[in-house]
Amino acid sequence: MSLSLILEQLLNGFQLGITLFLMASGLTLIFGVMGLINLAHGSFYMTGAFVTAWVTGMSGSFWLGLACGVLAAGLIGGVVELLVMRKLYNRDHLDQVLATFALILIFLEGTRWIYGASPLWLNIPDILDGSILLPGGVVYPIYRLVIILIGVLIAIGLYFLINKTRLGMRIRAGENDREMIGALGVDINVLYTLVFALGAGLAGLAGATIGALQSVQVGMGEPVLILAFVVIVIGGIGSIKGAFIASLLVGVVDTFGRVLLPSFFKLFMEASDASTIGVALASMLIYLLMAIILVFKPKGLFSAND
Amino acid sequence: MKKLVIVILGLLISFSVTTSYAKDVKIGLMTTLSGGGSHLGVDVRDGFMLAMEQSGRDDIEVFIRDDARKPGVAKKISNELVQRENVDIMTGCIFSNLAMAIVPSLVRQGIFYLSPNAGPSKLAGDMCHKNYFNVAWQNDQLHESMGIYMKKSGLKKPFILAPNYPAGTDALEGFKRGFDGKIANEVYTQLGQTDYASEIARIRSSDADSVFFFLPGGMGIAFQKQFDVNLPIFGAAFSFDEIIINSVGEAAIGAKNTSQWAYDLENPTNQAFVESFKAKYDRIPTLYASQGFDTANLILSALEKAHPEDQDAFRAALRAANFNSTRGDFRFGCNHHPIHDIYVREVVTGEDGKPTNKLLGIAVEDHQDAYADQCSMDWK
Repeated sequence: MSLSLILEQLLNGFQLGITLFLMASGLTLIFGVMGLINLAHGSFYMTGAFVTAWVTGMSGSFWLGLACGVLAAGLIGGVVELLVMRKLYNRDHLDQVLATFALILIFLEGTRWIYGASPLWLNIPDILDGSILLPGGVVYPIYRLVIILIGVLIAIGLYFLINKTRLGMRIRAGENDREMIGALGVDINVLYTLVFALGAGLAGLAGATIGALQSVQVGMGEPVLILAFVVIVIGGIGSIKGAFIASLLVGVVDTFGRVLLPSFFKLFMEASDASTIGVALASMLIYLLMAIILVFKPKGLFSAND
Repeated sequence: MKKLVIVILGLLISFSVTTSYAKDVKIGLMTTLSGGGSHLGVDVRDGFMLAMEQSGRDDIEVFIRDDARKPGVAKKISNELVQRENVDIMTGCIFSNLAMAIVPSLVRQGIFYLSPNAGPSKLAGDMCHKNYFNVAWQNDQLHESMGIYMKKSGLKKPFILAPNYPAGTDALEGFKRGFDGKIANEVYTQLGQTDYASEIARIRSSDADSVFFFLPGGMGIAFQKQFDVNLPIFGAAFSFDEIIINSVGEAAIGAKNTSQWAYDLENPTNQAFVESFKAKYDRIPTLYASQGFDTANLILSALEKAHPEDQDAFRAALRAANFNSTRGDFRFGCNHHPIHDIYVREVVTGEDGKPTNKLLGIAVEDHQDAYADQCSMDWK
């Protein structure tokens, strides 16, 4: 395997990781601040992608579509928080799972009802189409590089938001002691709605950017949601820093697992068997990684509530 | 008194005999109408019902059901159609795993099954049955023909990929059978995978001169949108139907694919079909719609000769395949699978600026599937 191929795969791993981070950061904030398990997070990812595809199709501008997609996901997130989630904070985790699972079904059928069962049409904007030559002889799609860049900017933005602003201070306070911050006169309800909408908007951003790369279809959010849960468990629940490092780790391990394992088995097996076993093992790899990390760090790498 | 009873009985018997001759035909059309892959089922249904409507026959009752792409649901519905509605003929399955779940027991019960899409190798080979007919193709046929076509076009080293599940491995095996040469690399992806960055990187770093893939549905859309290597792409029509290439957009332009049918195929049956389909449903038909249409017309042609209750006569009428197929020449091999021409189409920019398929020519003439030898039926 040549150096340029390794570098390219590394970038692929980062790009997958960044997408996971956009999903996982919202998920981990919502869980950390409100103690809520939100299975419907993948629905916001799907909403972002569908609204982006729809507005882009009507207006012809990807950027307008993207803005609308992210706003719509955030807005719908806020509405869902007001109508449904608010009633679930004091309930058992099992009730939350049940209610948010119901939301998944409602979103899936609702989206199918509005947009139909066939995938929608969303293309990469023209200026980001194509590939560029990077140092080290790597030819890499510009759009994927931009996704990595956006993700890093969002991560830096979130870092400042959480650590340097008043809102961030309240979020951190909310994670540590929910009742005390309420007693100090902070309107906890507004804070919750804001955090939830922020998380939903980030999921919408992930869905919209990935929708242009893959396909915009009903049920696209759930496979990503599963990986995002793995990420927040590895990173430590409630920790943005943990989510960032864990998502890069998961992205790189998953990408290299899929590339290297089949070649590894090919050394002593027939090609088609090696491919079958390699692919099967590669899809288990991140769960193995999660299990190993949990053995040594039962609360994840950077648990917020240590 | 005794005479009177005999007369009444005789009258009753003759009455019941006459009613059974005028009896309606019941057809169960169970297909995938919801969930992933539902656009295939919708097109099969619409093509089928279009033919039924055009026939003008009001003695045929069609029961339309949705299997939701779940084998358990399919099993339940097919039992219900047989036991409660007493259907004579079943059709509709899109996916091979569903067909394998219901077809063997249906045909053993004396129900005729005509497949408008799924063509698993087992049902073409050692599990072939006198009551099972496939009007579409055997699964491997389009892949195998693409292998033959690429070999003929002078390509030397294709990079081939498919998802890691039975139809995926069959596709690549079929392709290799047709291509019969050196392969740059053979890669299996995960079923349902949406990001192909790492596979594309491997294609880029390989010394392949072309790419052949079988990635049905959303997988194919994702792959084609992400594919940015300057190599020609090839596949079977399943990854290039009108709905898929519309979702892919410009990235699909130039791809070549094999199909047993094309909407611009020039024969009167097909031209009439495409026109009436467009008029009724306001969209371009896919190959699945043509398969539904052909299936219905084959059934109608056999019903002219016999009622399905007269099993031998009805079967003989089906075997004769005396109907006008949208794909032109059509006949059955000994395993009840079609022997037909396989065409090559290229994705081009259509008049409305959207991608569409254009017929290039014939890839393989009179192609028969590779499993016919394993079938023990002998009626020819």
